[in-house]
Parts: sequence; C-alpha cells; structure tokens
Amino acid sequence: MTTIQKQANNPIAHLSAEDIERLGAELDAIREQVIASRGADDAAYIRRVITTQRVLEMGGRTVLLASRFPPAWFLGTAALTVAKILENMEIGHNVLHGQWDWMRDPKIHSTTWEWDHATPAELWKHSHNQLHHTYTNVLGKDNDLGYGIMRVDEGQRWHPFHLGQPLWNLVNACVFEYGIAAYDLELGKNLRKSRRGNPEFRSRVRQTLRKIRRQATKDYVVHPVLSGPSAATTLTANLTANFIRNLWSHSVIMCGHFPEGVETFERNSIEGETRGEWYLRQMLGSANISGSRLMHIMTGNLSYQIEHHLFPDLPSNRYQEIAPKVQDLFQRYGLSYTTGSLPRQVASAWKKVIRLSLPNDFFGRTEPAPASGSTPTAAPSTPKAELATTASR
Amino acid sequence: MATTHTPVPLRDTLRARARRLARLVTTPLVPGDYLSILDPLGSSSDLRGRVEAVLPETADAATLVIRPGRGWAGHTAGQYLRLGVDIDGVRQWRSYSLTSPPRPDGTVTVTVKALPGGTVSQFLVHRLQAGTIVQLDQAAGEFTLPATRPAKALFVTAGSGITPVMGMLRDGADQLDDVVLVHSAPRPEDVIFGAELRGLAARGGLRLIERHTDADGMLDPGGLAALVPDLTERETWACGPNGMLDALQDAYDAAGSGARLHTERFRPALIAVGDGGTVSFTGSAVTADADAATSLLDTGESHGVLMPSGCRMGICFGCVVPLREGSVRDLRNGQVTSAVPGDGVLVQTCVSAAAGPCQLDI
Ligand SMILES: Cc1cc2nc3c(=O)[nH]c(=O)nc-3n(C[C@H](O)[C@H](O)[C@H](O)COP(=O)(O)OP(=O)(O)OC[C@H]3O[C@@H](n4cnc5c(N)ncnc54)[C@H](O)[C@@H]3O)c2cc1C
Ligand code: FES
Repeated sequence: MTTIQKQANNPIAHLSAEDIERLGAELDAIREQVIASRGADDAAYIRRVITTQRVLEMGGRTVLLASRFPPAWFLGTAALTVAKILENMEIGHNVLHGQWDWMRDPKIHSTTWEWDHATPAELWKHSHNQLHHTYTNVLGKDNDLGYGIMRVDEGQRWHPFHLGQPLWNLVNACVFEYGIAAYDLELGKNLRKSRRGNPEFRSRVRQTLRKIRRQATKDYVVHPVLSGPSAATTLTANLTANFIRNLWSHSVIMCGHFPEGVETFERNSIEGETRGEWYLRQMLGSANISGSRLMHIMTGNLSYQIEHHLFPDLPSNRYQEIAPKVQDLFQRYGLSYTTGSLPRQVASAWKKVIRLSLPNDFFGRTEPAPASGSTPTAAPSTPKAELATTASR
Repeated sequence: MATTHTPVPLRDTLRARARRLARLVTTPLVPGDYLSILDPLGSSSDLRGRVEAVLPETADAATLVIRPGRGWAGHTAGQYLRLGVDIDGVRQWRSYSLTSPPRPDGTVTVTVKALPGGTVSQFLVHRLQAGTIVQLDQAAGEFTLPATRPAKALFVTAGSGITPVMGMLRDGADQLDDVVLVHSAPRPEDVIFGAELRGLAARGGLRLIERHTDADGMLDPGGLAALVPDLTERETWACGPNGMLDALQDAYDAAGSGARLHTERFRPALIAVGDGGTVSFTGSAVTADADAATSLLDTGESHGVLMPSGCRMGICFGCVVPLREGSVRDLRNGQVTSAVPGDGVLVQTCVSAAAGPCQLDI
C-alpha cells in the first residue's frame, strides 16, 4: 500500500472534517459504554484466564518431569505451549496495556506485571504502548512497520538489504521474543558508534540481558535439571514450546498491520491530528482475524486488532462485544473493515514481505491488487473538500 | 561453643537458598503466585483471609467472622484491621476495628455498620457471601488498654464507635474493676451488641449507660459529667462521630485531664476550598482532573493508579507519595504545600487535594 495521502483513490476523501469528528464522538460513546459496564464479570474473566494459564503451566511442567516417555513429552509440551501463548497474548500483552488497572489489584496491574518474555515489561511498554500505539502505521515514526529490518510499504525506500527480507522475516519468526527484545532496545539505531556508549542505553541492555538470563535459566537449566533422567527431553520440550510460541505470536502480530488493505500514513500527516483523525488512522491501519472463540483467546484478542487499536486499554474480553458496533461505523462512514481467516491474513502479509523485497516498479506496477480481505462497504460518496488528514500534506 | 549457634544460621541459609531456587523455577512470577491457586490463605507475604460467616447484629450492621491466612501476627484488643474487598470487580480498602479478643490461631471478627450510600459498608453488610477471600493487612492502631489496667475506666461511644471498645471489653472486662460505658444510639434496637452489653452489665461486669438519642437527644459533655461525676478522674476511651470527640477533647483539656482521654476517629474532619486542578501521576502515565474536595488518593484510584494507602484518614502515613511539582491542599486545615521541579515533598494523598496543577511521582 502507498501511504493514504499519495493514493489516487484516497479512501477517506469522501469524509469531511465534521464527519470525522462525528465518527470520533461515536467511538467515544462506545468506549464510555464499556467503561461504565466494566465489573465483577470482567474481573472474574481475567482471573479465570490467569488461573487456567498457571494450572496448565504447572500441569505441563509436572508431566514433563517424565518427558523421557514420548506421550508425556507430547502432552507436557502441548500444555506448556498453550500456557506460554496464553501468558504472552491474552494475559501479558493486555495487562501491560493497563486493560485491567481499573481493578486496582496490584497483582494484575500494568505497573507491576512482568511477563514470560525475553524483553523486560518496562521496555516493551515504552516501545509498544507509547510509540507503536501512538504512531500506528505512520512511515518513519512507527518502527513496527517492518521492525526496522523489512520494507512493508511501497512508501519505504528500497535498499538491496531488503532482497533478503523473506529470510529475515522467517528468522525473526523463529526467535521472535529475542527479536522483540532487540527491537525494544532499538539495537539498529543504538549500536551505531556514536550511541553505543550511552549509559542509559547500556543500562537498558543490562536490564534485558538479566531478564534473558533468568528466562533461559528457568526453561533451559532449572526445569531440565529438576527432571533428572528426563533432563534432555525436558530441554527439547521447553525449546519446542518457546519456538511454537514465537511462530504463533509472530504470525498473529504480522496479521495486525501487514496484510493487504491496511493503510499507512505520511509522517507529517499527523501533525495537529484531532481525536477523530487519530481514531480514523487506527481504523484504517489495522486488520482483524476471523475465527472461533478459542482462536480469539489464543491471539490475546489481537484478532480484534481494529477494536484493540481504537481502545487499547479496554478489557480484551469486550472487543468481541463491540466489534459489530465498530463494523457498523465502518459501513456507515464508507470505510473498509479489513479482516480474514488466519491462514489468509498470514499469506497476505507474507506475500507483501516477499513482493516488497524487490523495488516497487520491478514488475512494472506500483499498486498491488485490491485487498482481498476487505469487507464490502457502502459506496463512497462524492469526494468532499480536502480534509485535515490529507490537507496537511 | 559455636555448635549452639550453628543450627539457626544454617537453617536460615538453607531456607534462603530454597527460596532463591523456587524463584528460579517460577520466574518472572514468585512461587506464591502459583501456590495461592492451591491455597489462597497460604501466603505470608500477601495476607488474605476467608470470610467464614456474616452474622447480622442490627438492621444495618453485621459481624464478619474472618479466618486470617498464614502470616497473621495477631492483634491487641482495640486495634483495627485493614480489609480489601473486590466490589464490582474493583478492590476497595477500608479499616474496621477488631471486635474479637485476640486468639492467635483462631478467627477474628469485625463489625460493620452500613452507611447510607457507603460503597464498602453496604457491600459488607448486605452482599458479602461466606467463603469470600478478602485481602488483609496486619492489625494496627494505638487505641488499646495499657498493660497495667487502670483502676477506673470510662468508655464513651456512639453508633459504630462501640466496635473497638467491644473488643477491649471482651478481652479485658474481667480485669477492670470499675468500668463505665456510656453508649449512644438512636433507638434501643440500634445498639450494636445491645444484648451482650446488657448481659455484661447485669452480671456486674460494668456500669452501662445507654443513651437513645431519638428520644433523649444527643449527649453533650455537660450531660456526660452529670451521669459520670468522676469523669475526668477516669482513664477514658472514646470513639464516635468527630463532633462528639472534639467536644470531649475540649472538656478534658479544660479540666486539665487531656492526657487521660484516648480517642479513635473513623473519618477525618475535612474542609474543601479552592478549585482543584489537573493531577499527573507520572509513574503511571495518568493525568486526571480533580476538584478541591476529592482526595488525591481517590482521584488516583478511580483512574486505575496503584495508590498506596492505609487508614485513609490521615493518621498512618501509609499513603504518602512525593509531590514533584505544583500545589496540594491539606483537606483537614486548608494548608497548601507546594513543590518546584526537583523537589520531592512527601504528601499524604488521603487527606490532600489538588490546589492547581500538580505532579505526583507514582
Ligand atoms: C481506624 C478506623 C476504624 C474503623 N472501624 C470501623 C468499624 O469498626 N465499623 C464500621 O462500621 N466502620 C469503621 N470505620 C469506618 C470505615 O472504615 C469506613 O469509613 C466506613 O465503613 C464507610 O465506608 P464506605 O465505603 O461504606 O463509605 P464511603 O463510600 O467511603 O462513603 C459514603 C458516605 O459516607 C460518608 N462517611 C464515610 N465514613 C463515614 C463515617 N465513619 N461516618 C459517617 N459518614 C461517613 C462519606 O463522606 C460519604 O458521604 C473505621 C475507620 C477507621 C479509620
Ligand atoms: S492512608 Fe493513612 S495517612 Fe493516608
């Protein structure tokens, strides 16, 4: 996709500045409804998920004490994998967003939570909550657009380095949690000679290494040793669980912003952005994944990426409930709600990674085929006057 | 020689090692996070209790029987307990005086009076179910009997103010030779522990003076002196509405016996002036508009900030947070405290409100 401001058919050209503010007010109303009705059921939900996750993890690790026996290996690895996925996705990511802070439970709070992940929660919150969620899909501002190692938008300049990006993406998927740790440290930028010695950067590196050491000691030393004669097989079980979780979270996260149909924005288009315009950018900059209830939980409800980006701090169990209202807004305002099954969205994102490893005009065209995952929307009305988002170009 | 000392340090080192190993197993969580699933009362660092029964006392008061978990250090009669309950999914903390005598291994009781519109007291009296796990803090407070019991004692209470005194009477009435209790409540049936107190009086354990304010009006210090002529010679413990306690304090001070009067307040006397302001909770990335009457503690809590707290009425300093910039006003006396960037003036958030824009480091 080319940034929205440079497209021939600007998908928001039919919206006036007043339309966008009205849209913002409607979204604010949805948000208020959820906040007013947050209560005991929601609290019970997250506590149930946390308990399930911990029981699964304890159970899986206990079974793995006998991992020499293949059935125990499979059962234990499966339980541990599911537990680890739940821990990062439905619990960790969402708690760290402050979705459960309203409960005032110091054990389930964004300022106290630490997760089963290579990157320390504190560093991740900064790069994810403060940077990515604020500058979503703004070229040059949102580092999540290709994580600084890939080109995922025509608007990003091609470099021969990008020829290898299908491979970089695959490697990143396999070691995703370490990729995120490196990303949160902004290694690419900070390893330059001029910055390397920065004491603040060095202390963050130490913090991350400490976290990685603790995590690795747990999974690759302590639990194997505790398994005695099953040490080697418990080690492979833990490696497998972490590996599958890496692949899974990488896939889910790729589906959030990389599939075809997702829009990107020019760097200076967000200067003086109103609340309505911010909402609009989140709506167009994200893509959902369709699927079953279980699938939504396993993605940490990031399958409702659009709803999540509109309201990052609403409890994740509520996204499903507001999705129809949000879709209705897309319809009424003539916008495309991008969604599709997991395999389709993963394939779409991978296609883009592969296609953009080559320069834009390599195949003699610059525009990709229309997004396959977009739901049909009301016909755009006749373009109105330039609106703020585009006018600032 | 050394052998007599080795067992203790060795056991301690082993225990410390075991704890470290257990943390390696459960990182980034702590073992208690898993163990509390199996045994919610087992943790000694996160004190919890199970509500074993909710016993109605009057139409709007009930006694909660609570079994504290491991780590409960016991209490002295007259002290209070901080209790955290989840109401509509939100954790709320309040203090309640212990009404049971100390029984180190047993249950404890608190007695709650439901206030009109009271968030926590209404819930505890009318909605709380036996079996609920509640959060607890260790007992605290200085409103207790001295080890050498006074020869002559007086208790002056009103409404739910009977609670800490009931704890003391249940614990030590038989060690007090000369006790007078003057208790005020609107009507006879509103007297919490009415039957027990009357029984105790009938057995000669104390002289009970009940004042039914619907019929007889409020008791003032003059009226009290008429009922208890040797008032200021008595070591006195008083608990009730602030107006009553202030009047008593003045009377005792005037008689030069201020030191004999011990009071327990359930709420601070607050005043609100000025306009409030915008409060930034910098460590939590939260900004909130607050009026001049709302405490910084309430403002933070209602915006999801994990505020430390204790008594919620300005006595324990469990709620202090550094003020980095701006001004706050003490709700008890209107005094303004200001900080300039670089400062870290500690303020009691439970009795302070914004006096203009301010920044708290939490
Ligand atoms: C050391 C200590 C010991 C205490 N012991 C007991 C006890 O044994 N039994 C007991 O029932 N309570 C006791 N309290 C009071 C208790 O902690 C709560 O303040 C009380 O239950 C009201 O809480 P709430 O959430 O129901 O009311 P809130 O929702 O906080 O307040 C509701 C309304 O009631 C007013 N209000 C708050 N507190 C009082 C009060 N004490 N009297 C009159 N109006 C009030 C508020 O201004 C507000 O308008 C004690 C307080 C302290 C500090
Ligand atoms: S909470 Fe006790 S002083 Fe503020």
